[in-house]
Amino acid sequence: MTIDILMPALSPTMEEGTLSKWLKNEGDTIASGDVLAEIETDKATMEVEAVDEGVLGKIVVPAGSENVKVNAVIGVILEEGESASDIGAPKAAEAAPSAAPKAAEADAKSDAAAPVPAAPKAPVANTAVSDPSIPEGTEMVPTTVREALRDAMAEEMRADDDVFVMGEEVAEYQGAYKITQGLLAEFGDRRVVDTPITEHGFAGLGVGASMAGLKPIVEFMTFNFAMQAIDQIVNSAAKTLYMSGGQMGAPIVFRGPNGAAARVGAQHSQCYAAWYSHIPGLKVVMPYSAADAKGLLKAAIRDPNPIIFLENEILYGQTFDVPKIDDFVLPIGKARIHKAGADVTIVSFGIGMTYALKAIEELSKLGIDVELIDLRTIRPMDLPTVIESVKKTGRLVTVEEGFPQSSVGTEIATRVQQQAFDYLDAPIITIAGKDVPMPYAANLEKLALPNVAEIIEAVKAVTYTA
Amino acid sequence: MAPRKTATAASRKKPAEKSGLNGGITDFDKAAEIKAYSEMLMIRRFEEKAGQLYGMGFIGGFCHLYIGQEAVVVGMQMALKDGDQVITGYRDHGHMLVCGMEPRGVMAELTGRRDGYSRGKGGSMHMFSKEKDFYGGHGIVGGQVSLGTGLGFANRYRGNDNVSLTYFGDGAANQGQVYESFNMAALWKLPVVYIIENNRYAMGTSTERSTAQSNFSLRGASFGIPGHQVDGMDVRAVHAAAIEAVAHCRAGKGPIILEMLTYRYRGHSMSDPAKYRTKDEVQKMRSEHDPIEQVKARILKLKHAGEDDLKAIDKQVREVVADAADFAQNNPEPDASELYTDILL
Repeated sequence: MTIDILMPALSPTMEEGTLSKWLKNEGDTIASGDVLAEIETDKATMEVEAVDEGVLGKIVVPAGSENVKVNAVIGVILEEGESASDIGAPKAAEAAPSAAPKAAEADAKSDAAAPVPAAPKAPVANTAVSDPSIPEGTEMVPTTVREALRDAMAEEMRADDDVFVMGEEVAEYQGAYKITQGLLAEFGDRRVVDTPITEHGFAGLGVGASMAGLKPIVEFMTFNFAMQAIDQIVNSAAKTLYMSGGQMGAPIVFRGPNGAAARVGAQHSQCYAAWYSHIPGLKVVMPYSAADAKGLLKAAIRDPNPIIFLENEILYGQTFDVPKIDDFVLPIGKARIHKAGADVTIVSFGIGMTYALKAIEELSKLGIDVELIDLRTIRPMDLPTVIESVKKTGRLVTVEEGFPQSSVGTEIATRVQQQAFDYLDAPIITIAGKDVPMPYAANLEKLALPNVAEIIEAVKAVTYTA
Repeated sequence: MAPRKTATAASRKKPAEKSGLNGGITDFDKAAEIKAYSEMLMIRRFEEKAGQLYGMGFIGGFCHLYIGQEAVVVGMQMALKDGDQVITGYRDHGHMLVCGMEPRGVMAELTGRRDGYSRGKGGSMHMFSKEKDFYGGHGIVGGQVSLGTGLGFANRYRGNDNVSLTYFGDGAANQGQVYESFNMAALWKLPVVYIIENNRYAMGTSTERSTAQSNFSLRGASFGIPGHQVDGMDVRAVHAAAIEAVAHCRAGKGPIILEMLTYRYRGHSMSDPAKYRTKDEVQKMRSEHDPIEQVKARILKLKHAGEDDLKAIDKQVREVVADAADFAQNNPEPDASELYTDILL
């Protein structure tokens, strides 16, 4: 069997090229790795190396030939004991193994008009789960968000030795925002690990540890600093399960304060909800209340996927009732109707809820009955709960602190108008932070953030209230 | 054209007393020589076939071949035990093969088919095998260094004696996260062998043009991480360094750096014509320092085996590679339903 030498593709996009020069003559002995010829592609002149051994029996395409198609036979190698008479008529390109080159060719040539098979439908997130029912008479314990987060970590660390927490100042300093207070004393420095100031490095280290089967909780002192680490979060944590065909994932939680605090300026005041919600392979959780913070963080630590858990410094000190239940875990991916109402739907999450709650109090005085949905999880998003509400009220306002372009609110608005257009009685209004870096001056900062008056105005507008 | 340094890997090798290794070379017995020869040949033939399949359009996108560097991964792997982990960048086919991953599965991933290691969803740069403790296959230059440090962290956390072998190139060695990782690994005495495969070119930029300190074995000095330069074209030198490095880690002494002076014969990727170096330079490495030819010459000289025996090995290797290539060309593409699987568990 003689061996055909085929015109090789030498770049991801090459379809044809010029065979500029043969470096071997007919009759020459050829070993693996020998350079046979030079080929000019659209980008460069490349060398073609021999893979097979033998004697160059025939040069089919002479030097200087232009527009030689990829996979055309350009020469023939004779194996041991063969002679030129063994060479049949030059075989057409289709003699080469068929399926893929043809597919590749078709791909290369396809233009916008060529039919592309329809992608299968994306699975819809399962939102059938709901919060566990809290038994009658359960004691409710006033708890700050700060304590709730700490309790969640402590409970999960007690239950599973693979869970550990790492980050800057999490151990001896007891947490820059005191979220990890007391953990070092209980769990020791093996499981409560102070890191150097090295976000990219310890985020990657955490992902590597999770690929090996541990369940790290990586605390960012604030999510602003996680920008240094976003490559490891997106390229390593979020994509490994897919790139490995399901073999290996990253059961890791990245958590820390997110968004504006107070007067800390542009680099320390940014909401990342929309950023991370863009990424398939991540779950993005952003609780408002202490109970949700506890139940959702416990769920996040148990979840086998990489989780972005966005907290808020202003909420840390706020107190909410948390049910005194042994193992209080809430479902990720499920919104909560914070207050039922009939006239208009407001969707918010995290610190955004504080503005919305004040607004609905004012609005109720005007006789407007608001249904307030706390999204709680940004990805996977519980759109069915939002749609159901909009079908009832016909009006929607979203509230968040992040930047307005490509915000969580614009995503909700797009999907609601696609799925519930006929139910809408007014355009959707999305309230967000202003489209500016966060200013330092107190008055400007206030202007840059969403405010209660804006929400009231928006609700009035969509309900056509004077 | 700017003058180039023409020093070969061998001539750049530091004397043994500087390298800190005992003599720098362990003699291989017959079995070790034959094993090293077979495994390096397997990588060489596999890569040549991958290059050919790329040329035929079966393999798409980026494809980085390991030809020339075979001694590094083969010599290192011969010093490992079960449970040790391997992680590397995108020039990863050789690492997968020596970790014991099936040539069929690797090649089928290269062609983007359903029985590839990642079901066709990873490609040349993204393959993993939990079973073989191979942790990828990473496409962001330097990203695997932090991840590999995390593997070492997990070993220490669990109190086992496994070692993480974290491979990266001279190009990745200039990334910031490498030093963040060095710092933590040294601070916490993590069992990580950092193997810098210095093939002298970060894509098209030579180390002379990219690095202020091109002795990469010194890159851990400010963290107190010992480092050694090793002739990465001599599998015995690699193996000797590997044994000491792995023992260092298992003894709880923390990380260690091995700079492998090696060379890639092919371009950075399939579409790189490699105009940034002379043909003479490549030819000199191939004819004077080829890792496979070195072993072959010793085997013949010491009469461990005859020409015919080696031919038989070559034939067997070619058969395995041909079978893998055949499988990879005929295996179906992934089902369309795979588009939405493996995103979340």
